[in-house]
Amino acid sequence: MSWKTLQSDLAEAGYIASAELAMALHLALTLERPLLLEGAAGVGKTEVAKMLALLQSTRLIRLQCYEGLDASTAIYEWNYQRQLLSVRAVAEKDLSTQEVEDQIFSERYLLKRPLLEAISQSQPPVLLIDEIDRADEEFEAYLLEILSDFQISIPELGTIDAVSKPMVILTSNGTRDLSDALRRRCLYSFVEYPDLSTELAILQKRLPHIDKLLAEQLVGFVQALRKEDLQKNPGIAEMLDWSAAVAGLGVANLSDDPVQLQATLVCLLKTQSDIAAIPVEVTQRLAGKLA
Amino acid sequence: MCAAQLTRFPQTVTGVSERLSGFMAHLRHNGLPVTVTEYSQTLEALACINMCSANEVRLACKAVCAGRSDHYDQFDELFRAYWFNAGREKLSVVSSDQQRKKPSPSIFQPGIDNNRQPDSSRGTADETDSSAADDSSAHSGEGKLIATTTKNLEKIDLRELMTPESVQRAEKLAHQLAAAMRDRRSRRRRAANRGAMLDLRRVIRKSVSCGGEPLTLYKRHKPDRPVNIVALLDVSGSMTVYAKIFLSFLKGLVSHDQRTDAYLFHTSLVRVSDALRDNDTLRAVNRLSLMAQGFGGGTKIGTNLQQFNRQYAAQTVNGRSVVIILSDGYDTDPPEIISQALQRLKKRGCRIVWLNPLKGWKDYAPVAGGMAAALPYLDFFAAANTLESLAALEPHLQRL
Repeated sequence: MSWKTLQSDLAEAGYIASAELAMALHLALTLERPLLLEGAAGVGKTEVAKMLALLQSTRLIRLQCYEGLDASTAIYEWNYQRQLLSVRAVAEKDLSTQEVEDQIFSERYLLKRPLLEAISQSQPPVLLIDEIDRADEEFEAYLLEILSDFQISIPELGTIDAVSKPMVILTSNGTRDLSDALRRRCLYSFVEYPDLSTELAILQKRLPHIDKLLAEQLVGFVQALRKEDLQKNPGIAEMLDWSAAVAGLGVANLSDDPVQLQATLVCLLKTQSDIAAIPVEVTQRLAGKLA
Repeated sequence: MCAAQLTRFPQTVTGVSERLSGFMAHLRHNGLPVTVTEYSQTLEALACINMCSANEVRLACKAVCAGRSDHYDQFDELFRAYWFNAGREKLSVVSSDQQRKKPSPSIFQPGIDNNRQPDSSRGTADETDSSAADDSSAHSGEGKLIATTTKNLEKIDLRELMTPESVQRAEKLAHQLAAAMRDRRSRRRRAANRGAMLDLRRVIRKSVSCGGEPLTLYKRHKPDRPVNIVALLDVSGSMTVYAKIFLSFLKGLVSHDQRTDAYLFHTSLVRVSDALRDNDTLRAVNRLSLMAQGFGGGTKIGTNLQQFNRQYAAQTVNGRSVVIILSDGYDTDPPEIISQALQRLKKRGCRIVWLNPLKGWKDYAPVAGGMAAALPYLDFFAAANTLESLAALEPHLQRL
């Protein structure tokens, strides 16, 4: 499979990928390397992983990172209660300490969390490590072993090797700079906001019933809006929401009803200051340029 | 790669791998941290694409070798420069652009802070103040090395330096100071879902219901008691010379975490915490400098502090706050207002730090009416006219 086929397959499934992204994905798949995706919020980084899982018809295992995420939530944990009960149960039998230990520190007593789960699947899943920049550096260091060797060390049990190598996708919004060690283990692609024609293609793929003229207006408006000085630029999901809203209201032309247009902007602008920054006049100026 | 387009190779170089190693050296020379690993990976990558298409080779090399967003932006230029002899075929069209971004080794010198280099060189061009001329000589690579000058710059009064490096340094200092102030872990322990310690009392109490088996383990941890930092920066006429450095200092404080709050004032008070959380330091600072200039006029420290008390203090200032005021203390209001406002602020239990750039001057005495009136309410009063003096604050702030 070449990268062009991958690109067109993704497009078929409803994800329009840039050449850079498609190539990075293709290489990540063929070289079996993790892929680090960076870019603003709402450019479709997470969506890539979902689509990839869909294309390969395999499981998507998702690990959402947050501050304070630790190994016991992300990798594995011992099932303490079960261990305790089994210790009680064997107390009457005459077993040596070594035998008891071997029993309670075996895989049966291990609770698998996403990362361990991902490397112990028989069919390689897509592992999405979302917003890695939110996790702390300590966790990033844990990840290194998994990403480079696809193995996990458990002190009581030894090293667990991957049954199959998962396809790993990491995403980052750049709230914190990631370590070079992590970057070096990954392929890299920076996902930008799509340009006009790409975004139009996305809209037509996702909401095919929208009239072509209106679609052009909608996408043009969102593109112009991103150039304004906003706190949170509207992402692709917002654009789709808004388009569905506008189309659902039965609007045929954006410049028809200024009041209604202004009211629908709640789909795009998500903070109070952004709403204040785009008053009716600005909306009309942006909409006027399209007409 | 089509052989016709390649002209720079000596006859002896034949294989793909040899040519690629030259390209890797070229990338390394321009600040991309490529190693043998990347080299071998690129070779692997080339094996699974169509090597005759320059575009595919570019995309593949980009995915492997560019590891961060600024390298990602640089990459296409570097690729073209190497494989197509410095982009000769397009030189006539985009010559000015090419001049600026042309990867001359002195601009993308490894080790002189690769991350921000393209931004800062652009920022220098935008700057119109008097120091711009000096900066550009430091950046064009013909002049002195940046690394050797930073040490000297630290001792110059902040008025005289507005270089991107010092702006960055101010930000870094602010990070350190904020961290020094903020790291306050409690000595007490509190029940928590996750924690390093067992909460034995609870474990035993709850085990009673399971017939004495400690089935559920309860944990405790030492809760964080972070210090909230609230910074108020004077951007009146007398302070404009320091504004840029202090703004980046403010940015450093604010971007450190979400709780920090920052305000600008001269005749009126503006909350700028959100504007400062812009990822691009120079853009944020330039934008705010413009914002600050827009107001003009004198300083009304007292009135602004009163307004702060009324409008924001209730949400942001409590017993665990440190309020940092960066001002020279020249006030057009009567001094009583300042003392009243500070007194009221002080009652919230916060600590007040006043950093005055004038204090670093020889023979300075806080005789300006406002400053004198403020002194009794300050927990800490220090100079802030050089980056060094800012750095020296750390142990003092730690004690607060």
